[in-house]
Amino acid sequence: MSRRILRLLAVLVAVTAASFSMVSLLPGDTVTAVLGERASEEDRAAAREELHLDDPLPVRYARWVGGAVTGDLGISYRTRQPVAEALGQRIGVTLELVLLSQLIALALAIPMAVLSALRPGSWLDRTLSGTQLAMLATPTFLVAIALIAIFAVKLGWFATTGYVPLGDGLFANLKSLLLPSLALALEQVALYARVLRTDLIATFDQDFIWHARAKGNSTGRIVLRHAMRPSSIGLVTLAGITLGRMIGGTVLVETIFALPGLGRFTIDAINNRDFMALQGAVVVMTVGFVVLNLVADLLHGVIDPRIRAQRMAAR
Amino acid sequence: MTAATTTAAAPSAAAQPVTGATRHRWGVTVWLSVGWLVVLTLAAALADILPLYDPADTRAGIPLSIPTSQNWLGTDQLGRDLLSRTIYGARVSLVVGLAAVVLSSLVGGAIGVLAGYLQRKVEAVSLFAADVLMAFPSFLLAASIVAFTDSRGLFTVVLVIALLYLGPTIRIVRATTLSYANREFVTAARSLGATPGRIIRREIVPNVVPTTLSLAIVAIAGAIVAEGGLAYLNLSVAPPTPTWGSMIAAGKPKIDQSLYPVLVPGLALFLTVLALTLIGDAIQKRQGRNIGAI
Repeated sequence: MSRRILRLLAVLVAVTAASFSMVSLLPGDTVTAVLGERASEEDRAAAREELHLDDPLPVRYARWVGGAVTGDLGISYRTRQPVAEALGQRIGVTLELVLLSQLIALALAIPMAVLSALRPGSWLDRTLSGTQLAMLATPTFLVAIALIAIFAVKLGWFATTGYVPLGDGLFANLKSLLLPSLALALEQVALYARVLRTDLIATFDQDFIWHARAKGNSTGRIVLRHAMRPSSIGLVTLAGITLGRMIGGTVLVETIFALPGLGRFTIDAINNRDFMALQGAVVVMTVGFVVLNLVADLLHGVIDPRIRAQRMAAR
Repeated sequence: MTAATTTAAAPSAAAQPVTGATRHRWGVTVWLSVGWLVVLTLAAALADILPLYDPADTRAGIPLSIPTSQNWLGTDQLGRDLLSRTIYGARVSLVVGLAAVVLSSLVGGAIGVLAGYLQRKVEAVSLFAADVLMAFPSFLLAASIVAFTDSRGLFTVVLVIALLYLGPTIRIVRATTLSYANREFVTAARSLGATPGRIIRREIVPNVVPTTLSLAIVAIAGAIVAEGGLAYLNLSVAPPTPTWGSMIAAGKPKIDQSLYPVLVPGLALFLTVLALTLIGDAIQKRQGRNIGAI
């Protein structure tokens, strides 16, 4: 495990170093982006000085890392707001969105997978599998627009865009996030249901399930008490990866629904060449990805005692 | 034939129908998918000689018109013909999808095979590179490269989307290579004195390619979606070239007045991705693997 943590730390350093150098290597002048085309030569020089743009790249990276480990992610070139503070204001929206969409995805995917796996090849299984393929084939941003067209424009049940903070009431807050999380959830439903269905079918064929069945257990009890746990490893791995991915993958949905989240923040930073803000967002997302992968790994041990035993033996 | 053979054949025929019916059903959807892709590709390739409006012509019809005999699929907010724009937009989607996946398959495939066969340092380095690529918020990586280089040509977009698939391709190809690297026929070739280069060319690659191909078809679908997303954010091929994503983005603010500017390119995108997904799924089923298990 400690080797794995070291490896993930190395990945973290490599990703931040890569994103740090990327902006310097790619064309596009930061000072012009900050001050505009017409700034005087003195102002430009002062800005370069203030932003330490003339220092060599490794020095700048080292200075940034030094700040980052103490929670100082620098100051946005554009808004002059500390990046850590700006990220703090945005991350809550994105986390809420991601969590809500995962809850929806699991709530839909697990029953679908169980129904399919109980009778593989039945008309129900084939209908569900077909639906899932269609879900996989619908790009998230298209789902988002379709949901707006149906539920906001046509039926008028929801506001088309906008975010209501949690402080203004839980119900209003959830209502403003329901359509965006539904849009994000759809693809996950299909992915999760397919993986769980495959694993469940394999588990249902194992001796201990036949044994439980022979003892006269009901199907519901067999699924919940015996089959679910050994079948969920694939799902947990996948959920860990997708959750990590989604922290950065909500850009489109946040743009479409005008949510003030991390994805929207990042794309604004990209469009304005706000390097420090971009760098900060990349770090937060990568840390999230790395941590969630670790958590999924740890959960494997919780789910499967054999993996736990192996780890103990390896230690 | 005699009655005996008919009765003898009956049980197997009775056991068959279910699989026979499903196989037939798959056949129809797969052929419909192939048909859609062929029609779309032909239309996109021949768009210049088809009797279509100029995709940039704002006088093709009344703005936001519904389908008429003049504009078969309606017009957008500037009065441009949606059928023509969707067909021209297919060029970008198809070219980017195909080129990006071919590029990432060739580069990632080469790295993956070398990593899986040579192992040791090559493997460690390429796996680490794949990890870094996959830990990077990839869509934002793509978006920032397009935004920073400020070159919104087809080539940049292809390159950027190829980068998204590089990490997963390296990992999958390496894993597949590993499963063949120590099989008997490889050891046999080695003991006969075959060089590593010859073993890779003659023994490994022919076995790895089929796996990679079926995954590549699904990846094309993903690449087309990624291009659509970038285009929606105005970070794909620059106007006036129509793309499905930018058409959808342009139509969205007027969605309360007319659905067609979003519906037509959206449906084209959906059908194309669905067709590729169905074909990839059918191939993988035949190969005995499951798409969700990637």
